[in-house]
Amino acid sequence: MGRQLTFSIFRYNPNIPGEEPRMQEYKLEEYEGMTLFVALNDIREKLDPTLMFDFVCRAAICGSCAMMINGTPGLACKTMTRTLPSRITLMPLPVFKLVGDLSVDTGTWFRNLQVKTESWIHTSKKFDPEALEVRMENKTAEAIYEPERCIECGCCVASCITANIRDDFLGATGINRVGRFLIDPRDERTDAEYFEVVGNEEGAFGCVGLMACDDNCPIDLPLQMQLAFVRRKMAQAGLKLDLKRMKIS
Amino acid sequence: MSAKNTHICDVLVVGAGLAAERSAVEAAEAGLNVIILSLVPPRRSHSTAAQGGMQASLGNAAMAKGDNPQIHFEDTVKGSDWGCDQEVAKMFCETVPSMIRQLDYWGVPWNRVTAGKKKMPSGIEVEDTKDKEGLITARDFGGVAKWRCCYTSDGTGHTVQFVVDTVVCKLGIPVHDRMEAIALIHDGETCYGVVARCLRTGDLNVYLAKSTVIATGGAGRIYAASTNAVINEGTGAAIALNTGLVPLGNMEAVQFHPTGMPPVFILMTEGARGDGGYLLDKNLHRFMPDYEPKKKELASRDVVSRRMIQHIRAGYGVESKYAPQHLWLDIRHLGRQWVWTNLREIATIAGNFNGLDPAKDLVPVIPTQHYTMGGVRTNKDGYAYGLKGLFAIGEAACWDLHGFNRLGGNSLAETVTGGYIVGKQIVKYTLGATQDFNYKLVEDFVKKEEERIKNLISGKNGKEDVFEIRNAMQQTMMDHVHIFRTGPSLEQGVAKLQELYKRSLKIGLRSSGQGANPELAQALRMPGMVRTALCVAYGALTRTESRGSHFREDYPKRDDANWLNRTLAYWKEGADLPTLDYEPVACPYMPPGDRGYGEASAGPKKGK
Repeated sequence: MGRQLTFSIFRYNPNIPGEEPRMQEYKLEEYEGMTLFVALNDIREKLDPTLMFDFVCRAAICGSCAMMINGTPGLACKTMTRTLPSRITLMPLPVFKLVGDLSVDTGTWFRNLQVKTESWIHTSKKFDPEALEVRMENKTAEAIYEPERCIECGCCVASCITANIRDDFLGATGINRVGRFLIDPRDERTDAEYFEVVGNEEGAFGCVGLMACDDNCPIDLPLQMQLAFVRRKMAQAGLKLDLKRMKIS
Repeated sequence: MSAKNTHICDVLVVGAGLAAERSAVEAAEAGLNVIILSLVPPRRSHSTAAQGGMQASLGNAAMAKGDNPQIHFEDTVKGSDWGCDQEVAKMFCETVPSMIRQLDYWGVPWNRVTAGKKKMPSGIEVEDTKDKEGLITARDFGGVAKWRCCYTSDGTGHTVQFVVDTVVCKLGIPVHDRMEAIALIHDGETCYGVVARCLRTGDLNVYLAKSTVIATGGAGRIYAASTNAVINEGTGAAIALNTGLVPLGNMEAVQFHPTGMPPVFILMTEGARGDGGYLLDKNLHRFMPDYEPKKKELASRDVVSRRMIQHIRAGYGVESKYAPQHLWLDIRHLGRQWVWTNLREIATIAGNFNGLDPAKDLVPVIPTQHYTMGGVRTNKDGYAYGLKGLFAIGEAACWDLHGFNRLGGNSLAETVTGGYIVGKQIVKYTLGATQDFNYKLVEDFVKKEEERIKNLISGKNGKEDVFEIRNAMQQTMMDHVHIFRTGPSLEQGVAKLQELYKRSLKIGLRSSGQGANPELAQALRMPGMVRTALCVAYGALTRTESRGSHFREDYPKRDDANWLNRTLAYWKEGADLPTLDYEPVACPYMPPGDRGYGEASAGPKKGK
């Protein structure tokens, strides 16, 4: 016999008139290898088919299923119930707009982030289908891959005190994303141009240094190092800027 | 209730994975007004789960010397067991190198050639030359003559999807995520768009377009165990099938990947074997060379999967807490540095789900449903059969690059290459089309969907439980339509699915169905999913030969005299079985021959 698990789950479907946010309890018997992915699907299929949550890859690579698990943001798909006490409280991520129950709208948030930080390669070159690729050192490619691994699950944003207070903060994920382009030789933006994007309180200088992002990143991105790197780059860029042209807010 | 919003555009792309986004980029760059609609945000698509890489004959790596599109073409045709469309394969192999370079231009951090002599982790000694240093490198993969699989560690799908999505963001192409197409709008000749249900609010929306593109991925979730994401329920192909006019091609061609990791059946990339990994049995014996002396672990996936099951049946399977029967993947000899740099994603997955570190532990593996070679049948330009203004690309389509077995690394390559090639055709068609629709027709389609929803909520047609039917369908596919197939078992499977199909028409919700109710979403998909499953099962029963991944124990040989053809499955209104038709598969460049691996070449029983 496995443990009897009690799930206390945040419930609120904003599309049902008159419904109030509440916590609802469900009981399941634990079995070997049970993850929150399995448990939540069991609850939906056997106990309550209205329960909303998001899973896609169930392999911890797509970033869909981040939620607050006993108060800490994490990916539900890879969380083994055996690592949790028998009472498990699940809440949706803060910061992001609620879709319903445990489901939040990370898609819109991250799309806005890409657009705001112009997170694409800026180049004046035209693509020539006949030409060989531009050479790059393998070390450089590996260095770009490291921050590019971010799965945009939102755990760092949910963990972040600044992001919980300021709507416009890019979060560790945003600063990491900018850092990825900063080291890419194909991107022709100057440090001054990057400074416009991230050299402010919405970006690298909004971080207050609590580093819960780094603690809670489910794929172990070195977010602390990335923040330090972008901050240092932006501090240097800031010193070189023509101050007369700058708006002081 | 009626349609909450009506959206009008030139090109409607259903799906936001790589094929979808790449075609959307092509259309948007031509100045067309494009809308992408998707179950999930693009960066959550199953394309991001592709690990090992993309096949392209760049010929940069030492072991790739002399490679060219012709050799890639030959490998692809052999891989397909002569089931593919050779015109498509040729066009694909010629185009894919420039696609890789364009992705590089857009920002994919492809791993690069480093010059010098080196002993690869597999034990092979190679020398990469200075003139190739810094160009895009490649790794070995199954069923290939040259190292051709371009990669970024083992997160290739992730980096490619993220980079193509940056182009979508840059071009400002709107993505309506959490929006599910539930019916195609058509008048029997032309497709005008879709009725979609919003997965945020439950509202119905209408999308009207000159061109509608189905790029919704595979249907792996008709099986209980699949490496596919849980959203891969074949919804796009199913709504095309539901028209009664558009056929699905070769649905019986289902790929089982040799290395799914039980008990969660998450993929362990073929790159693990490409980089030199072994498969071991319960005695820790490396058994693949016994069966496939030439290609060993790197025969095509259909062959390796069958050899694994054959070996388990001979009594060499491992019994463990991971699965009642499985085998081992061994990459320990590749070394910690290699594993945690180039196979990092699978190392992390093995740690997350089984507490294993592949640099020092064996990883349990078992062949697992992985890829749907079949799909919406199109011509070589991507036009769907049966309806004008309808296109299909990627795994959702049967274009048909893969025939009866897809080579590893050819699907990720197909997404962007197909998106590009078909994208150009979509542009051509759309520029010549006029926006024309009859609103009465549109409203009738909306009403029909409203009626379905009302009946599911009220239980008018019955009170069948949607999850029970889904689980029974998935188990039926495991029991009767798996790697080894026989007539009597397939007959039983078809009969069970027919019964489930009837029950799927009598589903009634347990819940109220209000808002973005997940039970309703599943219930709306269910009849289409069972129809799709029946196309697989009935196609498999009828095809009395073995070709690629379709293996009939009662007809173990390829039969080119009778079966060098492609299955077309239609669903006629009121039917409880698909209507099957066949069209010839032409072999203009490479007549049917020996694959060089597999039972026909290496013999049926060489194992010990």
